[in-house]
Amino acid sequence: MTAVIDFQGVTKRHGDLVRLDALDLSVKEGEVLALLGHNGAGKTTIMHLILGLLSPSAGRVSVLGGAPDGPHAETLRRRLGYLPENVSFYEQLSGREVLDYFARLKRVDRRQVEALLERVGLGPAAGRRVKTYSKGMRQRLGLAQALLGEPRLLLLDEPTTGLDPAATRDFYDTVRELRERGCTVLLSSHMLPGVEPYIDRALILGAGRRLALGDMEALRRQASLPMTIRAWGPMRDDDWRQGWEDPRIEARPVNGHEVTLSVPADAKLAVLRRLTALPGVKDIELLPPTLEHLYTHFSAATPAPRGPASGDAR
Amino acid sequence: MTAILTIAGKEFRDGLRNRWVLAIALVLALLAVGIAWFGAAASGGLGFTSLATTLVSLATLAVFLIPLIALLLAYDAVVGEQEAGTLLLLLTYPISRTSLLLGKFLGHGLILGAATTLGFGIAGAVIAVGAEGVVLAELGAGMGLLIASSVLLGWVFIAFAYLISVCVAEKARAAGLALVVWFLFVLVFDLGLLALLVSVERGGDWLPWLLLLNPTECFRLINLAGVEAARSYIGLTAIAEGGAFRPAVLVPILMAWILVPLGLALLRFRHRSA
Repeated sequence: MTAVIDFQGVTKRHGDLVRLDALDLSVKEGEVLALLGHNGAGKTTIMHLILGLLSPSAGRVSVLGGAPDGPHAETLRRRLGYLPENVSFYEQLSGREVLDYFARLKRVDRRQVEALLERVGLGPAAGRRVKTYSKGMRQRLGLAQALLGEPRLLLLDEPTTGLDPAATRDFYDTVRELRERGCTVLLSSHMLPGVEPYIDRALILGAGRRLALGDMEALRRQASLPMTIRAWGPMRDDDWRQGWEDPRIEARPVNGHEVTLSVPADAKLAVLRRLTALPGVKDIELLPPTLEHLYTHFSAATPAPRGPASGDAR
Repeated sequence: MTAILTIAGKEFRDGLRNRWVLAIALVLALLAVGIAWFGAAASGGLGFTSLATTLVSLATLAVFLIPLIALLLAYDAVVGEQEAGTLLLLLTYPISRTSLLLGKFLGHGLILGAATTLGFGIAGAVIAVGAEGVVLAELGAGMGLLIASSVLLGWVFIAFAYLISVCVAEKARAAGLALVVWFLFVLVFDLGLLALLVSVERGGDWLPWLLLLNPTECFRLINLAGVEAARSYIGLTAIAEGGAFRPAVLVPILMAWILVPLGLALLRFRHRSA
């Protein structure tokens, strides 16, 4: 399958500041990729490079088979949906008028407008002016705008800011639906617990550099973080709360009838065997490291954002 | 082309919604009717004096107000959308930056055109009904010229506003610069020219040509040339007499005053990073 997005050694400098440092990235069709990183890590720079709003200082960017900052842009832009961070639409127009305006500019069938308003749950509010909308409603209008023209590639910058949990779930359901139709989705998010079940791969960035890239399994392997095992049971005999032979296993009693064990991945089965053999244990819960743990692990190893004076150019 | 019309239509609708059109028309109509009605106040009278006096007063009003209105209407055209985040979005749409700016210009130009026509049109109608001894044909011609040249003058300053709007990164700075432009062209230029006129004793043949360096002076000249009887009221512009200062020449100059700043704004906008 061909790559929808292909970055080869892409560097973006802004004066002396390196926003993106020799990034290699390839995203396949129908993939959902999360961009994770601190502010200034390069998430928005990557999106702007894909959109052709910026040109790389070095390296090559190819999106849907062409450079997004060249003559290819015109065709590319009709097949692409973008939801910027912090966009506030024309306050004086109604939601329907805003969406209709963008539909005309994108030259797509304007009959989509009503369907999209319904889909993002703005149907009843479509006739009201945008200035009466809540933050979540504005965000949903932005999403409807990005979905105009059934895009092949969707770029969503912090899409769930301001959405309540139900709306966030609806949003991710939409993302899943789009992926099933073969749409490629790139999203950046701070809301890590919400995003995990919906993504195929994550790219963790720090100071413009790729810290880690892969699906959850690969990231877990690479980080080799211990997993957490919790066991419950009456406190009669103490031997399952302490006395583990493997020095890497840390057992921590939580209260009278619970223990939390920090276990390396390769010792998981040994621990489980012993726990299940013990009579006191009533229940066991396995908690592999979450995306949040992985993110903290990878970004902790990052050097501080580089100022103009630092000279470790590669 | 359809993109330009779409953008223009949206700008115009915005102008109707936030009541720009209504506000401009009302202000112009009220002030114009007031000037017509109290035209004789300077000579101690009340009521309509003559068509010539009224037209000259209205032209003076327009010289002050139209540029100010145009600058206020359009100074945030680009920088405002940038601050709202919609510019970034529009630049990822399949439309060129040129059509974006031209569409906005068309929309803002229509807002100003409609409001000016409405405002001065109402004033003209009030004069036609209320004043005695006015030849309707003369009134029509005079008001028509005033409206047409006011719209041109407004477009000049919309173009200036765009040039400001694409050059700055903050709305507040654009507003400040717009006021500076207004101040320079409407007030300072006149004073400077007056000082020059007084200090040059002989051989100041070139002085009248300086008037063409200011679109507001071109506007004044167009309107005064249209009114024969206004010759005695024209003040500073009296230094401009002769063949070059006819509307047939002045109108193209005013158009150049639209095209040059608009062209510069387009160039700047196309090369500016998002």
